[in-house]
Amino acid sequence: MNLIVCWKLVPDTVEELVLDADARALDPEAVRYKLGDADDHALEQALLLKEKHGGTVTVVALEAPEVDDALWTALAKGADRAVKLTLPQLDLGTAALAAAFASWLRSAGLLEPAETFVLTGSQAMDDLEGELAPYLAEALHLPFVGVVSGVARDETGRTVRVIKEFAGGLRGEFEVPLPAVLGIQAAERPPRYVPVARVRAVMKSGRIEAADVPLPARPRQWQPARLYFPDATRRVQWLEGPPDSVADQLVEVLVQRGLL
Amino acid sequence: MLKPVLVLAESLRGEIPDLTFEVLGAGRYLADVMGVPLYALLLGRQAAPLADRLSLADEIVVMDNPQWDPPGEQASAAALLQVRRQTEAGLILLAGSNLTLGVGAVLAARTDLPLVNFCRAARVEEDSLVLTCQWCAGKVFAEVRLSGAQGIVVLMPGAFPPRTDHQPRSAKVTPLAVPGDTPPLTFHRYLDPEPGAVDIAKQPVLVGVGRGLQDRSNLPLAEQLAAALGGAVCGSRPVIDQGWLALSRLVGKSGMTVRPRVYLALGISGAPEHWEGMQNSEYIIAVNTDPRAPIFNSAHYGVVGDALELLPRLLEKVQARKR
Repeated sequence: MNLIVCWKLVPDTVEELVLDADARALDPEAVRYKLGDADDHALEQALLLKEKHGGTVTVVALEAPEVDDALWTALAKGADRAVKLTLPQLDLGTAALAAAFASWLRSAGLLEPAETFVLTGSQAMDDLEGELAPYLAEALHLPFVGVVSGVARDETGRTVRVIKEFAGGLRGEFEVPLPAVLGIQAAERPPRYVPVARVRAVMKSGRIEAADVPLPARPRQWQPARLYFPDATRRVQWLEGPPDSVADQLVEVLVQRGLL
Repeated sequence: MLKPVLVLAESLRGEIPDLTFEVLGAGRYLADVMGVPLYALLLGRQAAPLADRLSLADEIVVMDNPQWDPPGEQASAAALLQVRRQTEAGLILLAGSNLTLGVGAVLAARTDLPLVNFCRAARVEEDSLVLTCQWCAGKVFAEVRLSGAQGIVVLMPGAFPPRTDHQPRSAKVTPLAVPGDTPPLTFHRYLDPEPGAVDIAKQPVLVGVGRGLQDRSNLPLAEQLAAALGGAVCGSRPVIDQGWLALSRLVGKSGMTVRPRVYLALGISGAPEHWEGMQNSEYIIAVNTDPRAPIFNSAHYGVVGDALELLPRLLEKVQARKR
């Protein structure tokens, strides 16, 4: 199995988000980036498939803050190759990002094996231009299914059965011819943990490959007119004080609502 | 001269999901303001009998295909593209649902139309469409202008009021052949949710837990609190994906929509995919360490603090009250 995982880094929303001077983008110097949850699941699903059926896992990302940490961790978890494309991810919209991945995957011959899976996170919270997986499928002229939470290989190696989530817990099973692009929502198991010591060991013995790709013709579809922080406190009534006092106040709220 | 509006109507298992009526309502509003016709494209297996429900549109185009139960993302995009060519629609509105996720990107890749995701408000200014979009899980808002009101816009679930009413005159229904160039995706079967021990949609109180619960070993405290309040525990995506709770306990996109009398959100940031499932709770109490967490945008009561410090104290006091 030829398992390719394409990643994009996303702003870490647990940290403070800072806008740049003209409020049309985040300030990359002041914002912390991390791997998105769904991208982490995409790697886990690839590793699970490799463990079950054999094959190689190649993780690809563009130049971005924290990307080396993410790629070293991927190698420590069991990925065979980690490749960094030299374009800066933050300069590109999602469609251009997909074009960059597609350009490298083609030039490196990575799509030639018949049993090729391209996996990426189904969605990310900064997908203002839309999701990477369907853009990638279109750029590669491959079939696509998104919101996938299960992948089962067919014995022939020519198709794959995937579980797609709908709503209310309802899911559906589709059969997709290979090669295909899958937008992974959740792997069949939670992403594995890898000790820091193992990552450090890989940093000594392994390597992150670098590859050049041309700048896509259209870096972004559009730019926001402005970005701003929503007014968070229009309705909320804050309960303040030490935890003991807050607990008392919450009990009073629950009494008022007739629950106690 | 502004161009017509086209909305994608979903159908799943012979039903039109509620979100379609939100998109239809937004489409009707914008088409009226722009003075252009509203088209709806209805796709699916045995979809034709459902067309009457969409008569808020001026014309309903139906593509009924036995293999589309439901259609894949690329098939839906190909169908939209065909209808766009015939109707010359300039603005295409889609629901931000799992069923439609990805359709907009496929369409954007096959046209020169810009795609704008996570839209929560839209207005027309002269010949432009001005959109307010949620970004970074709702922590930042973006204002986006589409000149000529042309583009593909994906609407946030819950952001636009649903409309199930009809036009005074009956809408035209046009059957259309299925495009031949769709990828060979085969649908096999539906997997119904495994019935959990409790139906979280029927609970008067829900204690929702998120990443802020930090460790599975803290779950029993939340379960005890829920039990003491006569309700149940539910979760946001990260705790379900970690395997702490079954999928039947998931609130939000992919999971359940709940409307309890009280929703107590512990360590939940309130990302859009969670918010869409619990926004209509009668009362929302949120506890989160981050004062800018989007959950506070819709909460009635907010506590900025560590849910783990509060939880044992709250449990003790609730239990004492009940004795």
